[in-house]
Amino acid sequence: MTRLFRIGIAAAAILTLAALPASAALRVVTTTEDLAAIAREVGGDKVEVTALARGYQDPHFVEPKPSFILAVSRADLVIAVGRELEIGWLPTLLTSGRNAKVQPGSNGYLDASLNVKILEIPTGQITRAMGDVHPQGNPHYWLDPANGRLIAQAVRDRLSLLDAADKAFFAQRYDDFSSRLGVAEKRWDAMMAPYKGTKIVTYHRSWPNFMDRFGLVVMGYVEPKPGIPPSPSHTLELITDMKAQGVKLIVVEPYFDKKTPLAIASQVGGRVLELAPSVGGTKEAADYIKLFDYDVSALAAALKSVTGK
Amino acid sequence: MTRVSCTVLALASLMTLAGARLAAAAQSQPSPVPAASDVQSLREELTRLKSEFDAIRRQYDERLLALEQRLGQLTGGPSVPAEVSPQVPSDPGPQSPAVPDSGSQASSAAGASSKVFNPDTSVIGNFIGAAGRNPFSTEPPLQLTEAEVAFQAVVDPYARADFYLAAGPEGLEVEEGFITFTALPSNLLMKAGKMRASFGKVNTLHTHGMPTVDRPLVTMNLVGGEEGLSDSGVSVSRLFPNPYVFLEATGEVYAGRSGVFRTDSRSRLNYVGHLRAYRDLTEDKNIDLGASFALGPSEGLVEPVLLSDVAAPPTLNRQLFGIDATFRYRPLRRAIYQRLNVRTELVWSRQDQASLVPTTAFGWYGLGEYQFARRWYAGLRLDRSGRAFDPSLVDNGGSVFLTFWPTEFSQIRSQYRRTNYAEGRSANELLFQLNFSIGAHGAHAF
Repeated sequence: MTRLFRIGIAAAAILTLAALPASAALRVVTTTEDLAAIAREVGGDKVEVTALARGYQDPHFVEPKPSFILAVSRADLVIAVGRELEIGWLPTLLTSGRNAKVQPGSNGYLDASLNVKILEIPTGQITRAMGDVHPQGNPHYWLDPANGRLIAQAVRDRLSLLDAADKAFFAQRYDDFSSRLGVAEKRWDAMMAPYKGTKIVTYHRSWPNFMDRFGLVVMGYVEPKPGIPPSPSHTLELITDMKAQGVKLIVVEPYFDKKTPLAIASQVGGRVLELAPSVGGTKEAADYIKLFDYDVSALAAALKSVTGK
Repeated sequence: MTRVSCTVLALASLMTLAGARLAAAAQSQPSPVPAASDVQSLREELTRLKSEFDAIRRQYDERLLALEQRLGQLTGGPSVPAEVSPQVPSDPGPQSPAVPDSGSQASSAAGASSKVFNPDTSVIGNFIGAAGRNPFSTEPPLQLTEAEVAFQAVVDPYARADFYLAAGPEGLEVEEGFITFTALPSNLLMKAGKMRASFGKVNTLHTHGMPTVDRPLVTMNLVGGEEGLSDSGVSVSRLFPNPYVFLEATGEVYAGRSGVFRTDSRSRLNYVGHLRAYRDLTEDKNIDLGASFALGPSEGLVEPVLLSDVAAPPTLNRQLFGIDATFRYRPLRRAIYQRLNVRTELVWSRQDQASLVPTTAFGWYGLGEYQFARRWYAGLRLDRSGRAFDPSLVDNGGSVFLTFWPTEFSQIRSQYRRTNYAEGRSANELLFQLNFSIGAHGAHAF
């Protein structure tokens, strides 16, 4: 056994030595690509950002792969969406990551949801009979550009705390991002203005912040309850409601099956539109501003075709 | 209900209470002339009852007030300030945005100030049914085999703690209870307490985390059965970061009182070592390899005739050596609809015998599980294992299983299992399992 053990230790030592030398940039690990995109906007070349979940992946169901443990173990800062979005996978990564710097409560852990606008915070008794409800509110809050700006502020402040020497750099990068976002927001608002008040249906409750921001009304969901797959009775009910209210558009996330949405759309004479719920959700959504560029123009085009406005 | 009827009700219940107590008092003293001390005790009793009545009246008044407030809210009348708003917004349309500033968080935290530091609590029920004949099994046809209660929380800036208490037909036992030091330097992670040893894959899984109803034959024959290699001890593991693979080495020391190892000596411990290498082949395929070793005291077969010649009982050991390999495929875009896990574990057991050559037994299983729809998994397992004390006896088996997965919090599974025992007898069984959990959302195993 001892011989085997020695060989093991030797192999491990060689592998450790072979590891690349650490770079000077702050190593930032984010749970999603949206947070990674914002961290890159603010951190520039002073940060090295890794996102764990991909933008086309359901962020509720991410596997805590050991490769993620490695990323967490090397991180100087972990940024999470929070609101229990990552409850099934982040805690185990943080424990296995063996990195005291990034444990919740440390400066190296940032819950990005703490100063943003959160919708759908349940106020009374909640039970799982309501489906996969998030007791701390809807975690898909990054889909409002105003929240994107608030996340960027939190990232700027935290990076400045960890790397005080580059405080002015982060401040300048943030200001630049914020003003570019401001210009883009005017463009998006103008594109969506004609459709204010239009009713749509979405698959999951991923879009309250987005639809709220652009004045659209979500009148129903393909899922009968959050996290519960479509049921025939709910689908029939939804079709009836959509027909009664003249709703023609169903927005679907890339990670859901389109069979039921397509069936509903054909019943109501409407259409199904796949939007990117996150940066990386589609090729075109390469950064935070491009995410909205893609979603807003796709949504405006689809609404134009179904409403004729 | 009006305030009057409430009061009447309270009064009536009080009278019943008082009547019963008086009757009891009367019964307890047969003498018709009450002694002075009895009068005194009756007086005390009356005072106590009066104060009880006052308390009940206060309670009713409070509840009535709360009801009136609710009524006011529901009718939209002049709202009396309520303590709780009883509705979850079922309409998810645009609502007045609640901005959770630190103030609102503080107030919600204050409401539950006694609870904020409570550990995350969950309870998992494991209900098992078995049909068919098995000459070697005494499992009842229906049984709640386990109610597992988990408490998990952060201890302090340096550690977290996890407790899993399992209540079953044999009583309540600590399945696991350990502290994990998360803030150690140089990529170390240390655990201390009672835990499942890092020997292979199946041994680390709780019953409800298994992809099948039962555990493989090799676990039952060589690695401690249902309880497994689970003992009080200390575990230290280290990551060896490198650009090629995830490499983790674990070393553990246990007291030597588990399903595999047994001793009454304090100086003979059980050592476990595990080396794990993992690599992402692509973003949706990965491979996970492990090698495990365990060494500890085991008295072997009791051989009184042979042992009678020996002055002191010999120091007998058992060694286990294991290899595990897992291949996983899960396309990220379809992650909630499709996945494939293929796994095998091979275990060699070498048991010292008092006066004979050590016996070496080998066992393995191979398992494949495929998720073919959002809520459906199907799988297959092949089993083969010798027995630790008599490797000439080899059991074989095979299972097919199907899991229905309504939500993350409940699973329904059925399994057909055929076992050919070494003695020449076979068993065909249909197993059924219902797994359900309430409470905090646990992290998923990987």
